[in-house]
Amino acid sequence: MKSLLLPPHPKERRVVFQNAWTQGYTPDIDCYVKHGGYAELKKALGMKPEEIIDEVKKSNLRGRGGAGFPCGVKWGFIRHDDGKPHYITCNGDESEPGTFKDRYILHNDPHQLIEGMAIAAYALNVHLAYIYIRCEFPKAAGIVAKAIEEAVAKGFLGKNIMGSGFDIEMYVHQGAGAYICGEETSLIESLEGKRPYPRIKPPYFPAVLGLYMSPTIVNNVETFCHVKQIFKIGSDEYAKMGTPGDGGTRVMCVSGDVVRPGPYEIPAGGVTLGELINDVCGGMKPGRKLKAIIPGGSSSKILRAGETFKMKVKGPDGEMVDKEVPLLDLVMDAANLAAAGTMIGSGGVIVMDDSRDMLWALNNLNQFYAHESCGQCTPCREGVLWIEKMTTRMVNGEGILQDPAILKNVADNIAGRTVCAFGEAASWPVQSFLEKFPEEFAVKSH
Amino acid sequence: MDTHAATSSGPKQADQIPADLLANIDEAVTHYPVSKRSASLPLLHLWQNHFGFIDASGVNWIASRLDLEPINILELVTFYPWFRQEAPGKTIIRVCRTLSCALAGSYDVREKFCKAAGIDPSVSGHHHGPPVSPDGKYSVEFVECLASCGSAPVVLVNNDLHEDVTEADIPNILNQYAS
Ligand SMILES: Cc1cc2nc3c(=O)[nH]c(=O)nc-3n(C[C@H](O)[C@H](O)[C@H](O)COP(=O)(O)O)c2cc1C
Ligand code: SF4
Ligand code: FES
Repeated sequence: MKSLLLPPHPKERRVVFQNAWTQGYTPDIDCYVKHGGYAELKKALGMKPEEIIDEVKKSNLRGRGGAGFPCGVKWGFIRHDDGKPHYITCNGDESEPGTFKDRYILHNDPHQLIEGMAIAAYALNVHLAYIYIRCEFPKAAGIVAKAIEEAVAKGFLGKNIMGSGFDIEMYVHQGAGAYICGEETSLIESLEGKRPYPRIKPPYFPAVLGLYMSPTIVNNVETFCHVKQIFKIGSDEYAKMGTPGDGGTRVMCVSGDVVRPGPYEIPAGGVTLGELINDVCGGMKPGRKLKAIIPGGSSSKILRAGETFKMKVKGPDGEMVDKEVPLLDLVMDAANLAAAGTMIGSGGVIVMDDSRDMLWALNNLNQFYAHESCGQCTPCREGVLWIEKMTTRMVNGEGILQDPAILKNVADNIAGRTVCAFGEAASWPVQSFLEKFPEEFAVKSH
Repeated sequence: MDTHAATSSGPKQADQIPADLLANIDEAVTHYPVSKRSASLPLLHLWQNHFGFIDASGVNWIASRLDLEPINILELVTFYPWFRQEAPGKTIIRVCRTLSCALAGSYDVREKFCKAAGIDPSVSGHHHGPPVSPDGKYSVEFVECLASCGSAPVVLVNNDLHEDVTEADIPNILNQYAS
């Protein structure tokens, strides 16, 4: 990836990406250990499990898989001594369109992930852990499996790790081409060898009834890597890199119509959307103007160039005051994007310029969701197919006057009425494209 | 083109399992000490990697190896887009269809791959198994986001990811896998 071969942009701070693109850095264990690898596991094994969870809480690390749940809080749901087996599974399904960070970690720095998972396993009293990797990363699966073997050979995994008396078994499990397996309960069903129909929450929160109906923590690849870094940097320092409630750095994956697309690791809240696009990514392609931004993976609500958001921001005397914030001044962290009515999600920023047709773009996404619905619940299974049929018809010049209203109605009747959040993921693009670019849909309906 | 021929004729896959495949299957099952059923996907991958696709005898064999009913395996083969019940081309070309790649021209890229491989591009294959070239060398299909959107458009050829693919690269890529 070209951007990663460049020296870090001044706005970047490479923490989980610090080694992956260093000249001569290789994914084998000797190289990792030479760069200080597994020192944090050793540190953690000298701590009490509760102390580890407290450190993760203090770091303000939020999950990097999309939902942004505070990692330490999630870990806190596990009762250490409930007498049940516990499991962790790493979510390496990375299939939210616009997201491309985990693939680099899996290929270039697998031991960072394994070390983060080993720390988690010890803290959560887990002896069996799986890394679920989408099968479209065949090389990554081989690299990670080899890294696990190396870690076992050196005593960082397996029986009695580093002489602690603690055992961890870890395996790679490959997916089979279905986006829905990124949803954590679907991932668990897939790992159990079943059709990956998501489970309904409640009661099936993974931390309560997860893999094999036992307490299970599912975390994203990047999240586990941050865990390792928290113990290297210290939870206070780590938290300070970000904003209150959104600690550390986050890999923002920028794609679409910018000069330098790529993954950029940036402190949470460390750039505005304008700085990200214009400074870090070199701006729009020559002669082009910004038209629209999908800020947090294809499921997040789209934003329109020139729009402003009414939100509360900290004034000069520290008091919260109402302010109108222009799109390009939006600070890139979880809270600000939520206040703008969208989300930071998985960090996948898709940028589109003034040559792009929004109906065409929405139809592309609708085709994705129509292909990927697991089919378990009626509003989603039927709704996403109808939505896709309608926008395809509109793209083909056969739209009717009522189409925008019907589209909105179908989307409104999916979101909130399904087993899993795929329902929202598929509806939000439709709702937000229609709301932000009504004129483009009106033109195609007659 | 009759891609179904491969499933209906010829010897059953289950009658030709080589020793190394058996050994890999036995090893994979050990990764799931709590439930053998969890080995369903790994066994299907091993099977498909060896035979190119999964025939009815394969479904039955895997089911019985894991003490399951054949439907427990068949329902996975039919759900997951990765698994096939028909032989693909020797070289499998998967072009990313999703937004960032489409913005960067992936629809043209797929069409050019089809034409260069001698496949009718109007057969999408997106939902119905991929079209195979008449000489059996290539299959070309659209897949959804390959998680490499920053170097769009991307194409997965067998196990290799090709990034920033332009039309001019297509003959070279096909040649690379010609033998
Ligand atoms: C439809 C859908 C797809 C998802 N895909 C992914 C994915 O590819 N990778 C991922 O890490 N999380 C994905 N998630 C989020 C997971 O359900 C889960 O929240 C996450 O893996 C938890 O890890 P984290 O707390 O470290 O973010 C998806 C969620 C939904 C609803
Ligand atoms: S919302 Fe869609 S993807 Fe989720 S369980 Fe229902 S049908 Fe499946
Ligand atoms: S859209 Fe093609 S790799 Fe993501």
